[in-house]
Amino acid sequence: MTEERILQAPLKTKDIEKLTCGDKVMLNGTIYTARDAAHKRLIQLLEDGKPLPFDIKDQIIYYVGPTPEKPGEVIGSAGPTTSGRMDPYTPRLLDAGLKGMIGKGQRSKEVIEAIVRNKSIYFAATGGASVLLAKSIKKLKIIAYKDLGTEAIREIYVENFPCIVAIDFRGRDLYEKGPEKYQIL
Amino acid sequence: MREVNASEITNIVKQLCIENNINLDKDVTEKIIEFEKKEDSPIGKQILEQILINAKLATEENRPMCQDTGIAVIFVELGQDVHISKDNFYDAINEGVKRGYTQGYLRKSVVEDPVFDRKNTKDNTPAIIHTDIIPGDKIKITVASKGAGSENMSEIKMLKPADGIDGVKDFILDRVKRSGGMPCPPIIVGVGIGGNFEQCAYLSKKALLRPLNTRNPDTRWDTVEKELLTRINQLGIGPIGLGGRTTALAVQILTMPCHIASLPVAVNLQCHAHRHKTATI
Repeated sequence: MTEERILQAPLKTKDIEKLTCGDKVMLNGTIYTARDAAHKRLIQLLEDGKPLPFDIKDQIIYYVGPTPEKPGEVIGSAGPTTSGRMDPYTPRLLDAGLKGMIGKGQRSKEVIEAIVRNKSIYFAATGGASVLLAKSIKKLKIIAYKDLGTEAIREIYVENFPCIVAIDFRGRDLYEKGPEKYQIL
Repeated sequence: MREVNASEITNIVKQLCIENNINLDKDVTEKIIEFEKKEDSPIGKQILEQILINAKLATEENRPMCQDTGIAVIFVELGQDVHISKDNFYDAINEGVKRGYTQGYLRKSVVEDPVFDRKNTKDNTPAIIHTDIIPGDKIKITVASKGAGSENMSEIKMLKPADGIDGVKDFILDRVKRSGGMPCPPIIVGVGIGGNFEQCAYLSKKALLRPLNTRNPDTRWDTVEKELLTRINQLGIGPIGLGGRTTALAVQILTMPCHIASLPVAVNLQCHAHRHKTATI
């Protein structure tokens, strides 16, 4: 098995080019949370030609809607949600500069094409490992759509956030290659 | 006739909602440990280890194991000799859900209108409540916290009686295959067969309540469950869908009589955060 690769966010193309699907990654730096409702609003802003609430260039979006934090906690439990629901919005965000996504589950053909077109990357985190993953989140600030509650956009600072390269910049997809390797016909 | 104060129901439901989301049942962790030992994929093995560490951390730190603390699905077996006093039965349950999700720092994931506005109800109510009237003077309450990742991969199909057991198996396998990594494998596959359209869907959810270390009492269906589990784990989907031997921990089937012209089959998928707890009043 490959060793864990340390990766810094925001992403650099030269770092993305070094990663292959199946690589284990420890992610560090500032990333943003957004899921269904926030994506809908971001796309509306792009369609209206208005600026987004954060500079999306080279950034990573983590698809997560955390539980409410208890007093003293940075964040509540915070594992990935199903990425496929964001598929209709994702190509547009990638074309606007987004470089990476963290979520769970396979992506559409359109998303994979947009990943290749924009030399970007998709990471899988372990769905349901939400206490474990929350431990890597060290700072948090709500930067937009506070009214959406759990779906608000949060700027988070992560240290050694564990994830796996699921779709690399060449479009190689572990959701296809992994099962192919282990299926018994 | 036994008198039960509605506030007792509220308290139990509240406790079950919180307890459910923090402590993964032993039968589930034991199954994951069993499969982790057999997992050939290094990534798959590591993911199963993460799931087990996460369950331990959740208990130790008193935090919800998953951020999707679900919609509360509540099964009640209500003894016919019970009289509930002081409050409406369903209101008492929903009050328990509201308190559990608010005081337990659980995520509120319910929206009012499913299409228009999708405005959050802010207290995770209303719960989905299934009530059975049974003999006796007890109230048995089971709370299942059902996340949407796996629920969204569920399906019902009205087969033709001529499709027979092969049609049933093909539909279940196809449903799991098409779901891939989305329902957070390793999953538990709840299957309802028979009844009618809505009863069949209900059976598939109820099938998930059976402890994972038990067998189907009907030997024919026990054999089908085992065969399906083997075939599902040959699909290669693996933990969280990234490849491996562990796609499902169990297949659990519940059946009932149906119309001469029907063969309804429902598949309700359940993620590895398999949360349901029971208490009796």
